[in-house]
Amino acid sequence: MVTTQATGPDAQSRHLTINGTAVNLSVDGDTPLLSVLRERMDLKGSRIGCTEGYCGACTVLVDGKPVQSCNTPVWSVAGKTVTTIEGADRHPVLAGVQKVFVELQAAQCGYCTNGIMMTLAGLLAQSPRPDRAHILAHLDERHLCRCGVHVRVLKAIDRLLAQPEGASA
Amino acid sequence: MSECPANLKANPVLSSWLRLDDQPRVGVRSGKVELGQGATTALAMIAATELGLELDQIDIMVADTAHGPDEGYTAGSFSIEHGGAAMRWAAAQLRELAAQAAAHVLGTTPDQLVVEAGQFRRQGHNEGVSYWQLRDRINLDVSALDLPAPVLHGGTIDDGHLQRPDLVGKLSGAGFIQDMMFPDLLHGRVLRPDHPQDRLLACDEAAVKGIEGVVAVVRDGHFAGVVAQTDETALAALAVLRKSAQWQRQTELPPDDGLNGWMDQATPLSTCFLDEPQPETATHTHQARYSRPFIAHASIGPACAVAHWHDGQLQVWSHSQGIYPLRRQLARTFGLDAESVNVTHAHGAGCYGHNGADDVALDAALLARAVKAPVMCLWTRADELSWSPFGAAMRMELSAGLDGAGQIVAWNHAVWSPTHLARPGFGDGVNLLAAGDLAQPHPRPPLADAPRPQGGGDRNAVPLYDVGARKITHHLLPQGPLRSSAMRALGAHGNVFAIESFMDELAMLAGRDPLAFRLAHLSEPRARGVIGAVAKAAQWDAQDQGGEGHGRGLGFARYKNLGAYCAVVAEVEVAETVRLVKVTAAVDAGEVIHRDGLMNQIEGGIIQAASWTLKEAAGWTQDGFKTRSWADYPILNFSEIPAIEIVLLAPEGAASLGGGECAAGPVAAAIGNAIAHALGVRVRDMPLTPERITQAIHA
Repeated sequence: MVTTQATGPDAQSRHLTINGTAVNLSVDGDTPLLSVLRERMDLKGSRIGCTEGYCGACTVLVDGKPVQSCNTPVWSVAGKTVTTIEGADRHPVLAGVQKVFVELQAAQCGYCTNGIMMTLAGLLAQSPRPDRAHILAHLDERHLCRCGVHVRVLKAIDRLLAQPEGASA
Repeated sequence: MSECPANLKANPVLSSWLRLDDQPRVGVRSGKVELGQGATTALAMIAATELGLELDQIDIMVADTAHGPDEGYTAGSFSIEHGGAAMRWAAAQLRELAAQAAAHVLGTTPDQLVVEAGQFRRQGHNEGVSYWQLRDRINLDVSALDLPAPVLHGGTIDDGHLQRPDLVGKLSGAGFIQDMMFPDLLHGRVLRPDHPQDRLLACDEAAVKGIEGVVAVVRDGHFAGVVAQTDETALAALAVLRKSAQWQRQTELPPDDGLNGWMDQATPLSTCFLDEPQPETATHTHQARYSRPFIAHASIGPACAVAHWHDGQLQVWSHSQGIYPLRRQLARTFGLDAESVNVTHAHGAGCYGHNGADDVALDAALLARAVKAPVMCLWTRADELSWSPFGAAMRMELSAGLDGAGQIVAWNHAVWSPTHLARPGFGDGVNLLAAGDLAQPHPRPPLADAPRPQGGGDRNAVPLYDVGARKITHHLLPQGPLRSSAMRALGAHGNVFAIESFMDELAMLAGRDPLAFRLAHLSEPRARGVIGAVAKAAQWDAQDQGGEGHGRGLGFARYKNLGAYCAVVAEVEVAETVRLVKVTAAVDAGEVIHRDGLMNQIEGGIIQAASWTLKEAAGWTQDGFKTRSWADYPILNFSEIPAIEIVLLAPEGAASLGGGECAAGPVAAAIGNAIAHALGVRVRDMPLTPERITQAIHA
């Protein structure tokens, strides 16, 4: 159990599991999950992008579902399981997504990529697995990429969808 | 190549480029930095090729003003052309120094030796000696200019499957400047207004000082910021500071009509740099006016820097494109010798030119001066989208004369634009945002643009076509409503859009197929080569009349008229919206070092240019910036991405030409021409939105 310090007079203790580790977090009011992941857990793979839920660079999985951690308060995920890109070795679908992205070099700067991979892992782990159109609609709504690696992301999606459901790295 | 490359001549000591690490590794340090474009991987491949090593034997050392070569800016698609040439020469000289030492040890002559994975052997012998065994015999603290010109192996170790070493780490965890950690790191935020002409008059510093976790409030003239134990506290303190802020408006902004109407009131600095006597053989004349708005860099990661003062020395970590110019500008701002400032490069989110990276470095240094620990300063999303310099708005007016046979005999191109190059370090003064806000302000440099032949607003204003008498005029405007500076391709995006749209208009006047019309005015073989290649790949059909919402269009340019050649065919379907169906491109960037890296740059360039051309405009209101959130600045999304096909041409023996920016202009033009082909009407003002298309149809 990792326990982190209180940060203020209104701090409350919240329990959650991050990448398989039980964590006891003392947080103020609406402290976003992203701040805790990056500043207290040193999990830097979830990026600071827009902090208002548009770009998706901060996306993590909460109980398996993609969630933008920048505008998700820690209290709302108390008792739940959080997976970040650093937890890929515990999440076979995520590890598979990551492998395909590296193989296809589906990144330029790589700043938005981890968030996109988290979303894909969350969607592809669902049963039944959503189709391509559903995945694209989800990406349209929640992810931005400025370097223009979309073509490679689409290629990665096609390759992942061609793998049998439930396949992993 | 028989002459030492310019970047090596300027930084001739080999040890600033190369280091023999522990076996089996060699460190390379370039002055060209990683911006997500994969430059450091390609440079490492060049070094590995010349040294006889594998890519995974190369340590890419961080660019740092205390150690590395000063190669100015990582910009203009010059990293491989200039930076690569210097790296190749330096690495070849190290190989030759080692070969001499190896020959001595092995009792032979250097020409009898081969090198593989860092091991020198006589051909047919197993016995060898490695770089690392020779380390004590090789002196790298030697000037490249004092050594003979090396034999360059040339080529590349890339087999088409080599991958970027930096991506593995980034795609599994930390990797960016925002991720840097120090035991005593503090967090800073700065207060900037919502209006480009507002200046801070007053704010309640005392209220912020009382917040638990706030370490310092920094106020210097119109500059204000906070330093706190955590970024969360810094943000909370910033909100309090913002609430109490009083601003003074220096001037009001002219209205934004979306068509650069503000330019009518601006007084340009005009240069007619090409003026050939006009013939009197024209039987038809045609003219048209085109525009593009200000465009935001819109990086996904907000600008960030870390600064630390100790013993009067300033250490800065920055994702700047030019760590040496930044070092000199910081030194000037603080009245220090350049040697008292060190700037170390750290990776940032994708950078497409001069964004806020340099400005935030000064912000961090100003905040860190108030405390004893390193301070990480991060911009807000709103400031990233509005206080980063914008790609400059442009207006292009073209006219031309055709003779009786339908050939162009006269060509006139005039472009109006504020500067495309206000990077720190150009001109006398300080071009860092906060420098002008300080109690003792530093003046900005006088108005200037990137000099020809590369050019800024006039980049690619001279057509590569044989157009008879040419008259080209650059009207450099003073700073417009928004601050502008270098953005990927600079003026080439607007100028090529105009030239290539105009070529289609002239072809139509002459009753010719746009492709055939271009070839009838183009003698340069490599230019003809890419146009021919793209026509073949896209199955260009001269008889295709378009219409009914389906169209295809062509665009071509040689970037800067000096760099890579690029021809593009775009296919569109236009109904309520424009659907970009497919983009086919043919690119000749000479010798390719890292094929997948170049392909990635071209693909990204196509998508980014499509986004600019179809969707993007940074505007303003009387209340200030209009781009404070992604909601205000839509970019191309996943379901709007076209199919992309790229053909790479590399003529035998052709030297490497930078390819990262070559697609911008041709893509814009190809889309515009495809829309005109689909609808029979032309939109000449970017972005080519459904509203503008509807207007054009009803005009």
